Amino acid sequence: MTVRMQACAASDAVREDTHLTIRQSGQREVFCGLTGIVWLHRKIQDAFFLVVGSRTCAHLIQSAAGVMIFAEPRFATAIMEEKDLAGLTDANIELDRIVTQLIERRPDIRLLFLVGSCPSEVIKLDLSRAALRLSQKFSPDVRILNYSGSGIETTFTQGEDACLASLVPVIPPTVASECSLLIVGSLADVVEDQFVRLFESLGIGPVQFLPPRKSTALPSVGPNTRFLLAQPFLADTARALEERGAQRLVAPFPLGVEGTTRWLAAAARAWGVDEALFEKVTQPYRARAQRALTSYKHELAGRRIFLFPDSQLEIPLARFLSRELAMELIEVGTPYLHRAHLAEELEMLPAGTTLSEGQDVDLQLDRCRAARPDLVVCGLGLANPLEAEGITTKWSIELIFTPIQGYDQAADLAELFARPLVRRARLVA
Amino acid sequence: MQLTVWTYEGPPHVGAMRVATGMEGLHYVLHAPQGDTYADLLFTMIERRNKRPPVTYTTFSARDLGGDTAELFKNAAKDAYDRFKPEAMIVGASCTGSLIQDDPGGLARSLGLPIPVVTVDLPAYQRKENWGAAETFYQLVRALAGPSAPAPGTKRPERVEGARPTCNLLGPTALGFRHRDDIIEITSLLAKLGIDVNVTAPMTAKPTDIARLGNADFNVVLYPEIGAQAATWLQRTFGQPFTKTIPIGVSATRQFIEEVAALAGVDPAAVLEASASRLPWYSRSVDSTYLTGKRVFIFGDASHAVAAARVASDELGFKVVGLGTYSREFAREIRAAAELYGVEPLITDDYLEVEAKVQELQPELVLGTQMERHIAKRFGIPCAVISAPVHVQDFPARYAPQMGFEGANVIFDTWVHPLMMGLEEHLLAMFKDDFEFKNGAQPSHLGAGHAVLRDDAKEQPAPEMIVQNVISVPAAIWAADAESELKKIPFFVRGKARRNTERFANENGVATITIETLYDAKAHYAR
Ligand code: SF4
Ligand code: SF4
Repeated sequence: MTVRMQACAASDAVREDTHLTIRQSGQREVFCGLTGIVWLHRKIQDAFFLVVGSRTCAHLIQSAAGVMIFAEPRFATAIMEEKDLAGLTDANIELDRIVTQLIERRPDIRLLFLVGSCPSEVIKLDLSRAALRLSQKFSPDVRILNYSGSGIETTFTQGEDACLASLVPVIPPTVASECSLLIVGSLADVVEDQFVRLFESLGIGPVQFLPPRKSTALPSVGPNTRFLLAQPFLADTARALEERGAQRLVAPFPLGVEGTTRWLAAAARAWGVDEALFEKVTQPYRARAQRALTSYKHELAGRRIFLFPDSQLEIPLARFLSRELAMELIEVGTPYLHRAHLAEELEMLPAGTTLSEGQDVDLQLDRCRAARPDLVVCGLGLANPLEAEGITTKWSIELIFTPIQGYDQAADLAELFARPLVRRARLVA
Repeated sequence: MQLTVWTYEGPPHVGAMRVATGMEGLHYVLHAPQGDTYADLLFTMIERRNKRPPVTYTTFSARDLGGDTAELFKNAAKDAYDRFKPEAMIVGASCTGSLIQDDPGGLARSLGLPIPVVTVDLPAYQRKENWGAAETFYQLVRALAGPSAPAPGTKRPERVEGARPTCNLLGPTALGFRHRDDIIEITSLLAKLGIDVNVTAPMTAKPTDIARLGNADFNVVLYPEIGAQAATWLQRTFGQPFTKTIPIGVSATRQFIEEVAALAGVDPAAVLEASASRLPWYSRSVDSTYLTGKRVFIFGDASHAVAAARVASDELGFKVVGLGTYSREFAREIRAAAELYGVEPLITDDYLEVEAKVQELQPELVLGTQMERHIAKRFGIPCAVISAPVHVQDFPARYAPQMGFEGANVIFDTWVHPLMMGLEEHLLAMFKDDFEFKNGAQPSHLGAGHAVLRDDAKEQPAPEMIVQNVISVPAAIWAADAESELKKIPFFVRGKARRNTERFANENGVATITIETLYDAKAHYAR
């Protein structure tokens, strides 16, 4: 605990001197937290996400999900109508009716999230009370929780933070006296399995994950829990876990060889793993990942990159791109800068990096055009217009949907940035 | 509240965006939270637009709600004017924006901008995308063309002797199904008749063009869902009549030619004479015999669905087994058409209901929106898209209108190709016992075209399985000889024969399916 707090404080002081931060408030061109449902429902396989919102919310999720693979996906929207706005009593009665209908239709559901939206918040529909009320009705078969994914409260990946934070209070306390490791933040199953194998080789365990793949197999948490954040956008979840006595292991994020090594090392230190063993276990992975990165480094070294704010992954990504692929950072945007969780990352960025927090998209586009970067990382609304201006882009949402963490994904991550450049070079017509 | 899994239409402000994005020189300032900016990607990704939609979102947050969101709106509108210098502006609120009751119209007017500012008030909790587009277009037309309206009751002056007749094309927007190419097709058709297009709107028009809509002799309403409301007002205000026929398919195109010729006072004979679509001949060629009576399910916006039903039935010889729309505003049109084909009209925006209907009807072809494409894919039924909502593949690189004679050619190809090739079907039957023909082999033409099926393969049980699970409960048992007789039936119709026989057996309480049951069922289902 003390170590962590020191790290927080120290990094703050250093950071202010070394990086230039642009803060602007204007139009923000980012998704709201509802978007997280698109990957969270795949991760927690017995959970259903019911957005209480408007047609816009339904349309957003549908557009972000892109494909309608499932006839009846494990998410839906209770679209509010004129009469729901008229009185909260009616809105609550309606909500109960819809939830009942839903649970009857989907008996496979064990966990239901009522997800708040801008409209539900503006009219002050209290979903936590609704969740309590409905839990009483449907427990123990279905657990009902609530969180907000609204655009007035949350930006894109913060939806996952809100979702996981809502799970923390129902996580059972640990009973064992031994320390356990909790990995927090959704990762692709394949990445989780790789980490499980690595921790096992290092003698670190037991290892649990939040979110779990099944809501019926929640991890446990208590003062013996040490947790590693796998994602940089989990401020509220971390705070909630800390309130349960768990301790965050200070580390950068597991992107790239260096990030992954230092992330694993944080756990290794906490478990007192012998340095020689750590070296022996990780060395082959590091060597393999570095080999795989080589060709991408040729492609990317010296290229100038501009990142628009999107997922909060931007700072760890920038660190990876500059240190392992020798890219030049022009501007690193992030919707929100959590200085404590990103302290390690910020220290590793080249001194004097231009960061931007928040957004005025028009002004940022002006800066981007003026800088003529070789590659721009941005959302889907901006990508084609920039390409049409002759600026090569990488859509940022792919960084969320692709497994990119860990050693064996380091090269895949590099490839995501190299591909648009390779493609641009290939096309003659 | 309404439980919604997938939606056919976005909220009404997305309709307003379709109008603004289709136009030039118009800017939309929208009071909305940050997440609502997702709508930009519909245009930049699905339609591959090379510019951002001309929309400024205020992106207010919870923090602003306690403070001054009105000021935020004014600043956003002012900045948007300074940066984009539009000819005109529309202002409004999204679903959340409307709840905070800031009165975007009043705020924008208080800025005293030197351009027309039009307020579009869209009831976000009652209406949907197409309605929003229609209302926005109507408000724009009223505001911009209104000032040049003649005094009420004034008679339209006669066209100057010798001047070519002119019309406006009303209804096309951004993100419309083939609007881009329909405009070209219909403009050239009108040119052949000696009719000039005064303005095409909203798509391609500037606010200054909207202002001169009244100059045309009449209006052509290509998409009533979006253009009819404005056309009605123009008729009332400028005395401009408007067309009622949607020129989709050969007969409707010919009817449309006659209709516009009458409105323009020109002779359609030469154009009708030269009417050049391959559809009628292709449909008569012997290869098309197998199209006869193919059972087709049609769903979409009302105009496209009604037009598709007519083409399917009258020009391709299909049998319409289902017809529906997601637009309740146009339910009447669908009901009338459904009566024509003797089917139950399906008026719903509940995707699951549409899916259940397709499953129940087991059509051989689905003509629908992107949503029905997914349904059809899941059931392994051939499908073609005929209406919005659209996806990226509905903006093909090639010229592919739906309207006019070329549109009819496009329709023939896109509806017929997913079905089994006629001659190929015969050849397959003739050679079915050859050793190269492995049992269960896919017809060759389904190989590449049905790549889409593979995408989903991991997620879904095989379509065949779904269908059987549904139809054959409780299952009758196949006797061995019946089973081997079934194997003699060509594989590409075997699945259907199996299903029909089982359904027949179940409906008639037959527990064991014998060879006799098989042929009884065949006779029962024979058309
Ligand atoms: S959640 Fe973040 S801010 Fe709070 S104590 Fe932990 S590191 Fe510090
Ligand atoms: S920003 Fe708000 S209103 Fe818009 S989609 Fe997100 S939650 Fe719904």
